[in-house]
Amino acid sequence: MRAALTRLAAPALLFLLLLAVPFLGIGGGFVLDLLTRAMILGIAAVSLSLLVGGAGLVSLGHAAMMGIGAYAVAALDAAGITEGMIVFPTALAAAALFALVTGAVSLRTSGVHFIMITLAFGQMAFFTASSFSSLGGDDGYTLYARTEILGSPLLQDRRSFYLVCLALLALVWGGCTAILGSRFGRVLRAARENERRVRAVGFSPVPYRLVAYVMAGAVGGLAGALLANASEFVSPASLSWTRSGELLFLVILGGLGRLHGAILGALAFVLLEEWLSHLFVYWRLVFGPLLVLAVLFLHDGIAGLPGSLRAWSRWRPTFSKRRSADA
Amino acid sequence: MPEPLLELRGLCKNYGALAVTDDVSLTVLPQEIHAIIGPNGAGKTTLIHQISGTLRPDRGSVLFAGRDVTALPVERRARLGLARSFQITSIVPGFSVLENVALAVQARSGSSFRFLRPAGSEAAINRDALAALEAVGLAGAAGRMANALSHGEKRQLELAIAIAMRPRLLLLDEPLAGAGPEETARLIGLLRDLRQRYGILLVEHDMQAVFSLADRISVLVYGRVAATGTAAEIRADPEVRRAYLGEDELA
Amino acid sequence: MTLLLVQVLNGLQFGVLLFLVAAGLSLVFGVMDFINLAHGVQYMLGAYVAATFGLWLDSFWLGLLLALPVALVVGLLLEWLVFRHLYRRDHLSQVLATFGVILTLDEAARALWGSAPLNVPQPGGLPGGIEIMAGLNYPAYRLVIIGVGVVVPLLLWFLVERTRIGMLVRAGATNATMVSALGVDIRRLFTLVFAFGSMLAGFAGALASPVFPVAPGMGENVLILCFVVIVIGGIGSIRGAFAAALLVGLIDTLGRAMLPDLLRLLLDPSSARQTGAALASMLVYIVMAGLLAFRPAGLFPGPRA
Repeated sequence: MRAALTRLAAPALLFLLLLAVPFLGIGGGFVLDLLTRAMILGIAAVSLSLLVGGAGLVSLGHAAMMGIGAYAVAALDAAGITEGMIVFPTALAAAALFALVTGAVSLRTSGVHFIMITLAFGQMAFFTASSFSSLGGDDGYTLYARTEILGSPLLQDRRSFYLVCLALLALVWGGCTAILGSRFGRVLRAARENERRVRAVGFSPVPYRLVAYVMAGAVGGLAGALLANASEFVSPASLSWTRSGELLFLVILGGLGRLHGAILGALAFVLLEEWLSHLFVYWRLVFGPLLVLAVLFLHDGIAGLPGSLRAWSRWRPTFSKRRSADA
Repeated sequence: MPEPLLELRGLCKNYGALAVTDDVSLTVLPQEIHAIIGPNGAGKTTLIHQISGTLRPDRGSVLFAGRDVTALPVERRARLGLARSFQITSIVPGFSVLENVALAVQARSGSSFRFLRPAGSEAAINRDALAALEAVGLAGAAGRMANALSHGEKRQLELAIAIAMRPRLLLLDEPLAGAGPEETARLIGLLRDLRQRYGILLVEHDMQAVFSLADRISVLVYGRVAATGTAAEIRADPEVRRAYLGEDELA
Repeated sequence: MTLLLVQVLNGLQFGVLLFLVAAGLSLVFGVMDFINLAHGVQYMLGAYVAATFGLWLDSFWLGLLLALPVALVVGLLLEWLVFRHLYRRDHLSQVLATFGVILTLDEAARALWGSAPLNVPQPGGLPGGIEIMAGLNYPAYRLVIIGVGVVVPLLLWFLVERTRIGMLVRAGATNATMVSALGVDIRRLFTLVFAFGSMLAGFAGALASPVFPVAPGMGENVLILCFVVIVIGGIGSIRGAFAAALLVGLIDTLGRAMLPDLLRLLLDPSSARQTGAALASMLVYIVMAGLLAFRPAGLFPGPRA
């Protein structure tokens, strides 16, 4: 019980802080917009974290799920449909369907092959999006209006949009946390660590992984639909493989194995990107090396930073174990 | 004679020109311990792989409880009641001891496509898992992480996982390997108890254990069954003595 | 008919370039179990260096020649700075760190040369076109690329199959511990393979520079197709990479050229063009997915597959 409380303390604090922001009036609308975007990316990152950290499936095509959700909003917008009760289910279903079909093929492989194949399917979605000339092709499509919820323009208002995103983020985080602790999640986690053992007690891992892949896809679709609303614009760039790489980075930056880490990663990423791009024109010259350094040195991500700091403070230069291991 | 639980009919497996399993036929009856012995490289592990389903035989068939399972994958055989322990310990290292066993209980009790209810607080599953741990004498370690167990404890855990599946046949690949004398004694006692409930196919190097436990013994030499019989018959068989026991007793 | 021939030649030539990049990627993965997204950067770098030096020295061929050592040095530098710290990490870390390298170097290219495609000197000393069939002129330079595609694979085959280093590389791909137990400095071997792969990719980029647009991000498009090539051909297999590269080059080129026309038989012209273009860019991925459904280890499974 006590352990459960300490485990929940960090995410609870995070959500409370996010909830407080719009009522403190910090920095005005710009900060709210920025955090909204971070939370939307956080939703996608949590779903990816379920795949990578929970099921051990490293997908380099998760941006496709977001992109499909975003394009569902655009396609319905072009058809004059902006009712959220239609738009959101459609976005989720479209992304889930894509995940089902591509997942069924991808899960025949594992390891590096899985990474490459999800990347290839992501590219497929990207090229498809670029060919929708009725939705602007490469140039993208600007929405006429944000999605309405039961006819009310809830998402128009900056603060209520922020709160909706926060609520959804909390819901997705809670849902994914529950899933990881459930019977289903137990099979998924066991199969990540020792597939042979899982088979020997009578589980075939593939159906479990496929269901997880579809669920993560649907949540990715939700994030995409929200992102389309946030920017009121959809373009193939949101499906590009670099976006998939960024999502994967958010998850690792925050720390694998802790779902709220993905949210921390998203916040850190968006704020850093914003800050750096104000400082330098070619900000990726700084951002890229930071990313490399984070991978090389930040093994447990931001969420694991307290533990890492404790470990570093005890560190003595005994020359890298890694090196001596190959002798 | 009761219907055999497991029956191998003319099993053959070749690696290139080498016949690792050469026309092996044998049976395991309910409540019987049938041991397979043989020198290193006799093809014991390959045989286990074919019975559990990780390897497909080139020819021949595997019948389990009267049903041909030759074409079924590992997980289907497991669900039919064929539990296996591995020669090299195979557990889920990041799980607690209890959760390792609970996974096996979960596999046979209802659907695992349940997404929201915390699996860790399902009382029925935990109770069965704990019972299996008690049976192998590991109940005290239930809360520890599996990767923190000693080698012998890990072997016990594997056994608990197998028992928790409530199988009809246990396929044990060197369950005593690497266990200390005290652990060995306990494990032998345990296997003797288990015989009341399951058929057991035992591959083991510890000859003392094999001869004290097994109802029947088959000697595997170069992939073939050289002899099958009771412990006394096998001890008396001159060919077996020459091919196998002689070397081993010298060693 | 002549159109088909031209497209087949274009496809072969694209396949050759893909092979040059994929060969290094596949070797590095096969020997070091290291997945290097930044391999495409070498390709981009080769193109930029060849173009820049070519303009400066007023000779494409000198630019091409200079691109090789530059690609080599940059490859070694990256290996020393970043990659060698990743060999023992999981694939996820490798993907992310090399992704960071891509972001950095693409941005560097943008900062140095701008975002717009670069002007590239045309290779001199060659006849503009060669008549390969009555009434059909095909650019001589493009035939040179296809020629490279015959020579380099033979050279690679010789290196891998017939030399001591090649023997070690093959052995290292199967069992690195054993090779180092034989007293071979596996790290030096890795570095060598890596350097060679970088140079091949840089060479491919330099070769491609007069034919394809030279712009930031050009490496990634090739890289992703190279992944398809490796997946189809089987990881670690040079033979597989060669067959798959030609296959992917042909499918991609022919698909783009032919599909819109073929679809016109079924659809009205504008939607035929649109659907055709979309289908053509997806074609190689569809082929890959189909192949994987039947042969998950690729056409020629390598030692690790």
